[in-house]
Amino acid sequence: MLNIKDLCVSYGAISALKGISLTVNDGELVTLIGANGAGKTTTLHTISGLLKASSGTIMLDDIDLQKTPAHKIIEYGMAQVPEGRHVFAQMTVLENLYMGAYSISDKKKIEDNIEWVFHHFPRLKERSKQLAGTLSGGEQQMLATGRAIMTNPKIVLMDEPSMGLSPLLVSEIFSIIKELQKSGITILLVEQNAKMALSIADRAYVLENGKISMSGNASELLNDERVKKAYLGA
Amino acid sequence: MSTFMQFITTGLRLGSVYALIALGYTMVYGIIKLINFAHGDFIMVGGYTLFFTIPAFMKLGLPGWAAVFIAIIVCAVVGMLVELLAYRPVRKRGNNLTSLITAIAMSFILENLAQAIPAIGPDPRVPYMLFNNDIKIGSFSISVATLITIVVSAIIMIGLYQFTQKTKIGRAMRCVSEDKQAAVLMGINVNKVIIITFAIGAGLAAVAALMYIAQYPKVTTTMGATLGIYAFVSAVLGGIGSLPGAMLGGIIIGIVQSGTSTYISSSMADTFVYLILIVVLMVKPAGILGKNIGEKV
Ligand SMILES: Nc1ncnc2c1ncn2[C@@H]1O[C@H](COP(=O)(O)OP(=O)(O)O)[C@@H](O)[C@H]1O
Ligand SMILES: [Mg+2]
Repeated sequence: MLNIKDLCVSYGAISALKGISLTVNDGELVTLIGANGAGKTTTLHTISGLLKASSGTIMLDDIDLQKTPAHKIIEYGMAQVPEGRHVFAQMTVLENLYMGAYSISDKKKIEDNIEWVFHHFPRLKERSKQLAGTLSGGEQQMLATGRAIMTNPKIVLMDEPSMGLSPLLVSEIFSIIKELQKSGITILLVEQNAKMALSIADRAYVLENGKISMSGNASELLNDERVKKAYLGA
Repeated sequence: MSTFMQFITTGLRLGSVYALIALGYTMVYGIIKLINFAHGDFIMVGGYTLFFTIPAFMKLGLPGWAAVFIAIIVCAVVGMLVELLAYRPVRKRGNNLTSLITAIAMSFILENLAQAIPAIGPDPRVPYMLFNNDIKIGSFSISVATLITIVVSAIIMIGLYQFTQKTKIGRAMRCVSEDKQAAVLMGINVNKVIIITFAIGAGLAAVAALMYIAQYPKVTTTMGATLGIYAFVSAVLGGIGSLPGAMLGGIIIGIVQSGTSTYISSSMADTFVYLILIVVLMVKPAGILGKNIGEKV
């Protein structure tokens, strides 16, 4: 579904990605793990068109994403749950969800998606009239995830959904991610919390200083000595 | 009693004009954090358009005020061109300061361009007087122009507020003003939203121009500068970035000016306007209805 080849991205003179390649197949849950500053967010921002690459290709099925304006990408079925959530703080929970459906015209589909989101995040339903800025971190993460679902995606990119959340909330969010996959959505999950990410993912890539240093089945990486040392605190 | 009513209606009338203009400042600021110094000059563009089109409309047997629709279109086009040709390219490469300087430059460019056009020339023009009769209710009389200004402005403001709350493009505007990155992720074409904001703001300036020349029938190339300052002060007073704030700020400035002129001295009006501005900003730096949120990095 998503195919990235030799991607290089730089911020002025600083080169953040030095030629990374990765693939996410239909229906997979793939995780990209790495320490702070490894280039994970840069990768996601480049995929979704917020940043321009200096070289390399990003293909979503047969669509060249680098030739697609950032706001059009959503129409091809790719959504992003950004790092730090980025909910619209001055809008209500419900308004935020409807913004996710901005490029969808099928009213029935929108209502079905709202129902899906409220079913999986009952807390959002209780707070649907509340301003998003007044939600707790975990609730904002749920809202950002729900808002991405509202775009009707076939693939979702998630940037550190566990950031700043209590262990209990992290497992709640991760079980939702797993459920998203079960309902047929392909997922690229970016995480610093390697243990959690590897335990739910099918495959994984390890990003170090803008380069992929390791890749393979998530369960194998979970038992890899180097990964254990560097990311699992063992 | 009648002096009091006069002071209130004059204040509301002035305030409505300021509010209409302040909306333009506040909308653009809300969306790209730019104080559009050229916004006042959109009023001038509207003023001259009306000066030329009102007589033409009347010759065709149409009501003179209907020329405002031409003025709205002309102003909207000028507003969009300013954004497209100057602000957008500068914003892409520069920072907030370069954008601000560009806005100041744009203001001078518009005024100078206007002066250079022979049909406009350096001398003030006197437009056709519209709505120049009065309505009497008992001992109290109010000019039609005043009544129309207040009512039309109120309708426009309510309509605009509803537009931002209820319509798709209005909601997109609120998203862009809150978080551009997240707006893009929702599939919103940010540049399109920005240019629509300029068109609406400049269009409102055209309506303000009609209201203004119905009261002071004089069009000059620098008319936007003074009016623009009062409107800008209104926007800041009410809380720049907030639509209800711009309306409230405009009305307050209008009432204060009218009150000072009526009860103290017209030469003191500006002193009071700026005094109130400073006091409010000392107590509430973000303005009366402004939200004090730190700039996001
Ligand atoms: N806007 C920026 N300007 C300059 N350098 C940046 C910017 N954003 C990120 N970087 C740098 O790029 C590298 C990768 O950052 P990022 O992709 O945010 O890492 P991660 O998400 O893995 O923590 C870091 O060295 C960071 O300092
Ligand atoms: Mg990051």
